[in-house]
Amino acid sequence: MSATSSTPTATAELHQMGVAELGAALSARQTSATEVAQHLLARAQAHRGLGAYLAQNEEATLAQAAAADARLAAGERGPLLGVPLAHKDVLVTRDFPTSAGSKILQGYRSPFDATVVARLAAAGAVTLGKLNCDEFAMGSGNDQSAYGPAHNPWDVARVPGGSSGGSAVAVAARLAPAATGTDTGGSIRQPASFCGITGIKPSYGRCSRYGLVAYASSLDQAGPMARSALDCALLLTAMAGPDPDRDSTSLEHPPEDYTRLLGQPWPGASAARPLQGLRIGLPREFFGPGCDADVLAAVRAALDECERLGATLLDIDLPRTELSIPAYYIIAPAEASSNLSRYDGVRYGHRAAEYGDLLELYKRSRSEAFGPEVQRRILLGTYVLSHGYYDAYYLKAQQIRRLIAQDFQAAFAHCDLIAGPVAPSVAWAIGAKTEDPLSAYLADIYTLPASLAGLPGLSLPAGFGAAAMPVGLQLIGNYLSEARLLQVAHQLQLVSDWHTRRPPGV
Amino acid sequence: MSLTLPEIERLAHLARLHLSPAQALDAQQRLNGFFALVEQMQAVDTTGVEPLAHPAAALGDVALRLRPDVASEPNLREANQRSAPAVQDGLYLVPRVIE
Repeated sequence: MSATSSTPTATAELHQMGVAELGAALSARQTSATEVAQHLLARAQAHRGLGAYLAQNEEATLAQAAAADARLAAGERGPLLGVPLAHKDVLVTRDFPTSAGSKILQGYRSPFDATVVARLAAAGAVTLGKLNCDEFAMGSGNDQSAYGPAHNPWDVARVPGGSSGGSAVAVAARLAPAATGTDTGGSIRQPASFCGITGIKPSYGRCSRYGLVAYASSLDQAGPMARSALDCALLLTAMAGPDPDRDSTSLEHPPEDYTRLLGQPWPGASAARPLQGLRIGLPREFFGPGCDADVLAAVRAALDECERLGATLLDIDLPRTELSIPAYYIIAPAEASSNLSRYDGVRYGHRAAEYGDLLELYKRSRSEAFGPEVQRRILLGTYVLSHGYYDAYYLKAQQIRRLIAQDFQAAFAHCDLIAGPVAPSVAWAIGAKTEDPLSAYLADIYTLPASLAGLPGLSLPAGFGAAAMPVGLQLIGNYLSEARLLQVAHQLQLVSDWHTRRPPGV
Repeated sequence: MSLTLPEIERLAHLARLHLSPAQALDAQQRLNGFFALVEQMQAVDTTGVEPLAHPAAALGDVALRLRPDVASEPNLREANQRSAPAVQDGLYLVPRVIE
């Protein structure tokens, strides 16, 4: 704490501060990285019942905080310097175990940090720990974690969404100002929506996948989850950028400052009507009877706000929206069955106690330690890739994926971005879909199309639906338009307060 | 499309999974339920449509990169084997493979 500070920050309020606020307070030396880290470590302990964290390491966190304080003391400044955050447990970390929510990786210690983890650390961010998620990111309720569910802070009997459920819980419950997530079919956007926070899945290839425990490699993408578009932009600026030597699918586009358009009006618009000229396409398929009325009402209200800011709303078509479900649930398990063949009980992870030969070692180790949903997807993927079925399923799904991507390009000829609900309902009760994965697959319908096309998608709080649970508004942009998505989300957050609402008791 | 139990068992073998009879039955029901969902895909005419493997390829050509063939990683054997279930003298232990 600086002796010269004129407005010392009360320790009791540190967890209420977002990334930008904390960064400013740290830069002004009104608080220290160590003080903030200690406060949030204690807060995480006090709220263990939420199931947000899978691993913490106080010693490592405080060492990182001390290093950030030393950089601050030496005069260095940066928006993330000393700011604490937590990582989804599918991003590997040297200082913390990485389980990917699976028993098969229980206690696994990575010898290296994922690129996005290393980039955030280089920017001075302090890691508070690793966050709960569905096993290998396969799930949409965090109820497929081998380490127990995470609980939605708005109603602890409900799911936080998934697979980045722990990330959404940590941010919404003010256990961390921000978190990383990963999104394969909606795993950043849907939990952000269910927990009333902001999250962005960048264009495929924006963030390096090096050190992201692979689920479906042609879809996996890391991104930030925080309380506002501003905070997401600050994180994404540090996370994204080419990683040509370590991720062959990393895009070569140079790093960007994703905060550069925040607060600016849309090109040609005035400050009074900052979204004048913005054309927002509303896919008819996203506003049909498949979406709950309470969700649609909240989304419509947020879109009305966009209109008041000058935006034009128009109906568009994404005619193959429904096909995104079978296409995704063929492509993703196919890639998963291949990626997860590396867990063999030999080089790392769980090994069965009893086995005869090598084959039995493989089979027993994998069956004992993979959860039921992971085994189902491995079987499904193995089937669709097997001889005689490849063309009918995998190839067909990849062709439909092309058509879905083309549908988006046709839509973007008429609009600048696309908006709609994130999910057809608010968060459901824990356990409601655990035994019926098919119903959970169907609930992914509004997030899968952008995932298959590799487009950036953002979810921001848009009010509340049934049982006073949060509803998210999804914004989908064309390739590489993250800064524009964040600009529009920020304009909306300048005139609304949905993103500042806190769960009861938080 | 409907998978029989022997087909499920063969898939489990290919996937190196050991399923109990109850698990195999459960897998059969769930996979067959899923294939009902997939059937709608077969009605779509995809003649001449290029499969999209890399989403950014929708943007334009994605050239595969090559990097110089030089060692970039240090030897991290100890760190890499820290999480291995059974090692000895820097080697991974497995059941005897060749008699």
